[in-house]
Amino acid sequence: MNALAVDSVGVVVAGLIVWWFWLSKPDAQRAREGAPIDILVADGVYTPARIEVPAGRPLTLRFTRKDPSPCAEKVVFEGLNITRDLPLDKPLDVVIVPDHPGEYTFTCQMKMYRGTLVVRSGQ
Amino acid sequence: MAKPLRLSIGGMNCAGCVATVETALRAVPGVTDATVNFAEHTASVAGSASAENLVAAVKAAGYEAAELRGAGDEAQKEAAEMVHYRRLLRKTAVAGIVGVPLLVAGPLGWLPALSTPAGQLFWLAVGAATLFVMAYSGGHFFKGAWKAFWIHNANMDTLVALGTGAAWTYSIAVAAFPRMVPVLAQHAYFEAAAIIIALINLGSALEMRARGKTSEAIKRLIGLQPKTARVIRDGRETDVPIEEVGLQETLRVRPGEKIAVDGIVIDGHSTVDESMLTGEPLPVKKEAGNEVVGGTLNKSGTFLFQATRIGKDTALAHIIEMVRQAQNSKPAIGRLADQISSVFVPGVLIIAVITFLVWFNIGPNPVLGYALVATMTVLIIACPCALGLATPISIMVGVGKAAEYGILIRKGDALQQAGRLTTVVLDKTGTVTAGRPTVTSLLAAPDWDEMQLLQLAASIEAGSEHPLAEAVMAAASARGISTLELSGFEAIPGRGVRAVVTGGAVQTQSAGGPAPARTTGQLLLGNEALMRSYGIDLGSFTGKVAALAARAETPMYLAVDGVIAGIVAVSDPVKPDSQDAIARLHATGLKVVMLTGDNKITADAVARQVGVDEVIADVLPADKAHQIELLQARGEVVGMIGDGINDAPALARADVGFAIGTGTDVAIESADVTLIRGSLHGVADAIGISKATVRNIKQNLFGSFVYNLLGIPIAAGALFPLFHLLLNPIIAGGAMAMSSFTVVSNANRLRWYASGERRP
Repeated sequence: MNALAVDSVGVVVAGLIVWWFWLSKPDAQRAREGAPIDILVADGVYTPARIEVPAGRPLTLRFTRKDPSPCAEKVVFEGLNITRDLPLDKPLDVVIVPDHPGEYTFTCQMKMYRGTLVVRSGQ
Repeated sequence: MAKPLRLSIGGMNCAGCVATVETALRAVPGVTDATVNFAEHTASVAGSASAENLVAAVKAAGYEAAELRGAGDEAQKEAAEMVHYRRLLRKTAVAGIVGVPLLVAGPLGWLPALSTPAGQLFWLAVGAATLFVMAYSGGHFFKGAWKAFWIHNANMDTLVALGTGAAWTYSIAVAAFPRMVPVLAQHAYFEAAAIIIALINLGSALEMRARGKTSEAIKRLIGLQPKTARVIRDGRETDVPIEEVGLQETLRVRPGEKIAVDGIVIDGHSTVDESMLTGEPLPVKKEAGNEVVGGTLNKSGTFLFQATRIGKDTALAHIIEMVRQAQNSKPAIGRLADQISSVFVPGVLIIAVITFLVWFNIGPNPVLGYALVATMTVLIIACPCALGLATPISIMVGVGKAAEYGILIRKGDALQQAGRLTTVVLDKTGTVTAGRPTVTSLLAAPDWDEMQLLQLAASIEAGSEHPLAEAVMAAASARGISTLELSGFEAIPGRGVRAVVTGGAVQTQSAGGPAPARTTGQLLLGNEALMRSYGIDLGSFTGKVAALAARAETPMYLAVDGVIAGIVAVSDPVKPDSQDAIARLHATGLKVVMLTGDNKITADAVARQVGVDEVIADVLPADKAHQIELLQARGEVVGMIGDGINDAPALARADVGFAIGTGTDVAIESADVTLIRGSLHGVADAIGISKATVRNIKQNLFGSFVYNLLGIPIAAGALFPLFHLLLNPIIAGGAMAMSSFTVVSNANRLRWYASGERRP
């Protein structure tokens, strides 16, 4: 097998990993005025995992956990000092008033479930 | 659609209230419908509004409200976890049935070679069986990895799916087209894929079991709450689930029963064991007008009480919530692990690619086989979960353990700081002493007698809530003394009070004797500084005060119209266990300082009894925080222990603020730690548990860092050039499966923590 071809593929794959997982972001779901955002907790991911909201307005994130493993049990909002236990198969509302623009991650305790709250100013 | 929220509504006296409450509820954004049941005093609210907003709206309309929670949440959760646990074990068994025979038969040479047509068929069949295993036992890894990929995330599922997926794909390709690869590389790794999936499922199941134990403290607290309550509705007694008890409902408690919710006794009397809250082993007498707390145990009598706090508003629910919140917080020590785990999996993927290329370019023959094994092993051995779990799992057990000792830790940072303290500062009143002072001496000037002295002191203290004032009032009440009418009352912070007598009957010691004509006059009651600021001559009292203070009695001077009338001395007994607790603090190398507004002589007398190292006396309440700052400026890491109300600024200023509570007042905002049992032993226990928890976190972090730091290079083949050792991917799978379990099990060791001879 041509070593150069394999090496080239390897370098491209490494580059793609960097680009896909670190540099590129999924499309964000925008919050609608006054309506809660439903977030499904299943199969190792939050759906949607990237949510865009305006700063300074109360926001309700409605988590519904379908994954029974303990990993999915908690949702932790690092920069906002919020942690909630998610009941199984029952929605749980997390009300947040994000005052400062920026990106806030929300994760499970093990950091395997990951989501991002993008708080935009001037909307 | 979310289930409607149910609220208990208090204060509705007429059907007209129904409309008011419904209107208030419907005005809350997100509410689609709200119905109030007047008979049940409940409201059912549909829509997306949070319970907090609904309760606030009802309260704003002038009524009481509390959320009614559904029963059996915890039981449902446990049942769901048990189903998941059994499913994981089933998946383990299925994967094991395929993987283990291959694992055993392979090294014994019982399996056919790939180069023969029969062998090829056999391996294709094994490939199909393994595919079934991957779908049934490992399907969730692939599904999770796929979903994570599309949201630009990589997690543990990604690593397991890629590792086992690569093993299976290579193996099936070799089985289908053996001549495509050199003879030496003609090897299938189906057993590795199956066994890795079995081991990781088994690890998850074991971890789940171990995790259940980490929340035992919360379960025990929840267990304090009875499941049912006996309410009186329409004159009839009915047992109802505790979730259905409404505000202001009347409940009956019989001997030996637990009290269901918080309330006030309205009829009957009994003794109640409140040790779960206060640590006080002796039952407390309860009669009409006394408060009772949900979860405490009624001993001898029967009584009726009215519910004042239900659901998540009870003292016990507050304690549970506070412990839950603290269990979820994280000290600074865990943040590095968080940062690493956020970039960990893509980093491992890149290392896996590099590993493949290195083996492919400079590895021995068969290069493809070696490259594949090493890459697969890197993917499998890396364990981001252990890293992510290391801190929170220890916090969970540590905070729960603290709760068993009556210590409520508000946030994870307090745990870390408590272990670093060099000095603890104790407030005297209510912390070192019982905080229930009694009048021990009355020294009257000529022309005055003790009754008059006490009457005037009691009159001026009648409106005050200061502990010394309570002592004076109690003494006056015990002697049947009535108070005089006063005006112009003024508190002078840190010094005392001033007022003017305007009327009332002055009492004298000699029954029936003539009352001195002192029905009016300006009164001053307070310390020496107050008297000096008004230029009052203390005369012979100066000498007497020294003797009082030496007995730890606090003197309060009383002056009438600028002339000293006498001294009321109050003494606050030292708590029986303060001396032992301070000795324990000394034993851990801490310096113990006592801070008080009392004079130096009184403070020194208390200090001698309990053995503190330094006394800071004559401190005004507002200066306590400054004294903490001065200690911090000397390089000390300071823990302040106070009552949480008067000492709030000092508690907030200290590196760790410990509020000594009295059972029910658990939500002391200014403190990092609340000691609900009121004993100073709680400080030593809290510091001990904090140190043990931080040590446990460090072990977990060290273990998971070292595991990944050593495991990944070894898996990549770092030992191969020297020792010709390349890790078997199955061993990597086993190590990975055990790493999270080890972290959880290590955290569980904290459950056996014992604070010296003391037990929770």
